[in-house]
Amino acid sequence: MSFPDPIAVFRTEAAELLEQIEAGLLDLNVNLGDKDQVDAVFRGLHTLKGSGAMFGFEALAAFTHHCETAFDRVRKGEVPATHALVTAVLEAKDHMRALVETPSGDHEAMSEALLVNLRRAVDGGGDAATAPAAAPPAQTLYKIRFSLPQNAMANGTNPLPLLDELRDLGTCRIVADRSGIPSLDELVPTDLHISWDVELLTAEPRSAIDDVFIFVMDDMELTVEEIAAQAQAPAVIAPASVAAAPVAAAAVVSAAAASAPAPVDAKTAKANENVRVPAEKLDELMDRVGELVIAQSRLSQLAGGSGDLTLRAVSEDVERLSGELRDTMMVLRMVPVTHLFSRFRRLVHDLANETGKRIELITEGETTEVDKSVIERLADPLVHLVRNSCDHGLETADERLATGKTEAGHIHLSARQQAGEVIITIKDDGRGINKDRVRAKAESSGLIAANASLTDQELYQLIFQPGFSTASEVTNLSGRGVGMDVVKRTIDALRGTINVVSRPGEGSEISLAIPLTLAIIDGLLVRVGNARYVIPLSAVEECLELSVEEDMRSRGRSFISLRDSLVPFLRLRDLFRTGTKPDQFQKVVVISTGSERVGLVVDQIIGDHQTVIKGMSKLHHDVATFSGATILGDGDVALILDVGHLVAEGQQQEAHLRAAG
Amino acid sequence: MSANILTVDDSASIRLTTRVALSNAGYQVTEAVDGVDGIAKLNAGQFDLVVTDLNMPNMDGLTMIRELRKLTAHTGVPVIFLTTESDGEIKQQAKAAGATGWLTKPFDPESLVKIVKKVLGK
Repeated sequence: MSFPDPIAVFRTEAAELLEQIEAGLLDLNVNLGDKDQVDAVFRGLHTLKGSGAMFGFEALAAFTHHCETAFDRVRKGEVPATHALVTAVLEAKDHMRALVETPSGDHEAMSEALLVNLRRAVDGGGDAATAPAAAPPAQTLYKIRFSLPQNAMANGTNPLPLLDELRDLGTCRIVADRSGIPSLDELVPTDLHISWDVELLTAEPRSAIDDVFIFVMDDMELTVEEIAAQAQAPAVIAPASVAAAPVAAAAVVSAAAASAPAPVDAKTAKANENVRVPAEKLDELMDRVGELVIAQSRLSQLAGGSGDLTLRAVSEDVERLSGELRDTMMVLRMVPVTHLFSRFRRLVHDLANETGKRIELITEGETTEVDKSVIERLADPLVHLVRNSCDHGLETADERLATGKTEAGHIHLSARQQAGEVIITIKDDGRGINKDRVRAKAESSGLIAANASLTDQELYQLIFQPGFSTASEVTNLSGRGVGMDVVKRTIDALRGTINVVSRPGEGSEISLAIPLTLAIIDGLLVRVGNARYVIPLSAVEECLELSVEEDMRSRGRSFISLRDSLVPFLRLRDLFRTGTKPDQFQKVVVISTGSERVGLVVDQIIGDHQTVIKGMSKLHHDVATFSGATILGDGDVALILDVGHLVAEGQQQEAHLRAAG
Repeated sequence: MSANILTVDDSASIRLTTRVALSNAGYQVTEAVDGVDGIAKLNAGQFDLVVTDLNMPNMDGLTMIRELRKLTAHTGVPVIFLTTESDGEIKQQAKAAGATGWLTKPFDPESLVKIVKKVLGK
C-alpha cells in the first residue's frame, strides 16, 4: 500500500489549522467572552504544536507552545481574553505560517519579538489575578528509585519521557545505576539494564510522582521515600491544599466540559464522510473527461453521417452519459466560497486598523459553489476591490457621523449563483464614486476626449483602465493605480464581466459575473469563410438571418436595426480577412455581455457544440479576439471567440463611425 | 487474522503516521477524526484496540473511552492514549477510565508498534 507524504499532509493540515485559528481569533475579537472560541483556538494551537513536533517542525512547535500556554491560561480563567492578546496571537499566527512554509529559515529574531509582544499582552491583563498566589509553596524532598523490566524497551516503554516528567515536577538530581550492565559479550543491546535514583524537590503531592509511572507501574519496581519537608514547616499543609485547589477546580471544569453531551455537529458529521483528493488528480480527471467529450463528438458526427440506426442509438447513449459525466465532474470541482470569504475578515480587520476607520464586514452566500480554479484566481481581484472599498469608498467615522450615517462603515460581500454564472458583489455604504473626478482624471490622462458623452456605466468602467487612480494622495493600501486594471484583466481572463453601480453619498456596488467553470463550455459552432469558430453559448442572445436588403442597407454603416433598436455589428469575414465570398444567406449572431450587445455576421450557423477549452500558447497571448481553441469531432481545430473583446470592439467601432458623422 | 485497530485523532498527519506504522506492522487500521466519529466507528464495527488522542473537538478522548465502555461490544477493549499531555491528573483520570497505555507525542512510530504488540499480546 502506498501512503502520501506525511510532511505534505502536515503542511495542508497546518494551513487549515491556521485558518481555523484565525477565524476563531476574529470571532473572539468580536465577543471576548466567547468560551467556545477560546477552546477552539486553544485546540488549534495545541494540535499544531503536537503535530509540528512530530514532523520535525521544532521551531514551530516551540513557538506555538507559548501561544498555546497563553490560551490555556485564558481557558482556565487565569487571565482574561483581551483585544491585545487576540492581536498578538493573530500576528503570531502569521509567523507560524512562515515557520511551516520555511522551517529552516532565520526566524529567531521575529519569534523573540512576537513572544515579547505576547507576554506583554498576557501580563497586561492578568498580573493582578496571579499575583496573590505567588507565595513560595512549601517543597518536599523525595528519594525515588525505579527500575523497569529488562524487556521494557521491546514493549515500547521509553524511560526518558518518564525522567522528563519527573523533571517537570520540580528540581531533580538523577543518577543512573549502571551496576546492572553486563559485560560486553553478554550484553543484549535491546535490553534495559539501567535503574535510576532520583532526588526530587517538589511542591507537588506524592501522588503526582505515582502519576508519572501510572501506565508502567504494573511491571516496574518503584520506591518513593519522603526525606524531608523543607523549611516553612508550619505552612506545609495549608499551601499544599491551596496549590491543589486550582488543579481540582480546573479538573472539575474540564470534566464538566467533557461530560456535557457533545453536540454532534451536523457539519462535522458530514465532513467525516468526505474523501480528500489531491487537486491535481481532479485536474487529471477533468482532462480525461475533456478527451472523452471530444471523442464522443467525433462518434456523434460519424453516427450522424451513417445510416446505421444501432450505431446512432449507441452514440446517443454515449452522448448522454458523457454529458452527465461532465456535469458530475463539474460538481466535483466545485468548492464553496467560504474559504475565499473567510480571508477577508482578516483583511478588513487589518485595513480598519491601518486606516483608523471602523469597518464591519458582512458576508452572504458563503455556501455558493464555484469551480476550484475560478476561486483561486478570484482571490487577488477581490482583495483589490475590498481594499479599494475600505480605502476610497468608506469615509472616516467623523465624516460618516457628519452625514448622518452610522459610525461604522459596512462592506457587504456576497455570492450567488445565477444561471451559469456566479455573481460576486462587493458593496459598501461609503461616499460612492465621484463621477466628475473620474471624468476629469480620464480627460487629463487622455483616456477620453474632453466632453465625450459617456453613460455612467462607461464612465465607471474607466476606473479599470491601466494607470487610472482618482486618489489624489497615494496611500499604503491602494491608490497607486495598479490593481483595478489587474482586476479587469483577471476577470476578463475568467471570461467574466464587471458591473459598477454607484450612488453619490450612498455607496457603490461592484458585481463580478463569472462563469461557473472554465474547462468546458457549451458553444455555438459557426462557419466564417472556410474556418469554424465557437461562440460561448451563454453569451448568445439570438440568431437571425441577414436579409440581402438589410445587408445592402447596412453597408458602410456599423449597426443593424433589430426590432426597433440599433445594434452595432462586426462582419467576421472582414475582421478575419477570409477573402471568400459571403454566403447567400448570412446570419447574425447577437452576443451580449450583460448590458452591451453586438451582432456578429457569420456565413453559417452549424449548431451547438460542447467545447473543451484548450488555452492558447504563449505565442498567441496578444491575440485578443480569441480566448482559446477547441478540437472538433473530426479532429479540426476551431478557435473560440472572446465575447468581451468583440463586444468592446463593436461598440468602439460604432463610436468611431458615429463620431465621424 | 490481523487485529483491527481504531485510531482517533483530529490531526490528519498524526492519523497518517499512526496508520502507516500500524499497517506496516500488519494491522487493519480505521481512522476517526474525533470522539464523536470514534464512537460512530466503534458502533459500526468490532475493534481489538483503540489508539486515541486526548484533546479533540466535539468529544475529547477521555469522554470517548467513558462512552465506549458503555458499548457492550467494546467494554473490555484496550485503549492507548497518544497525546502531548503528560499531566498526572489527566493520566489518573485516563487510567481510571480504563486506559491501558500512554505514549507521549512526539512519538516514535516503532514504540507505538511495540506497545500495541504488548497490549494485544496480553
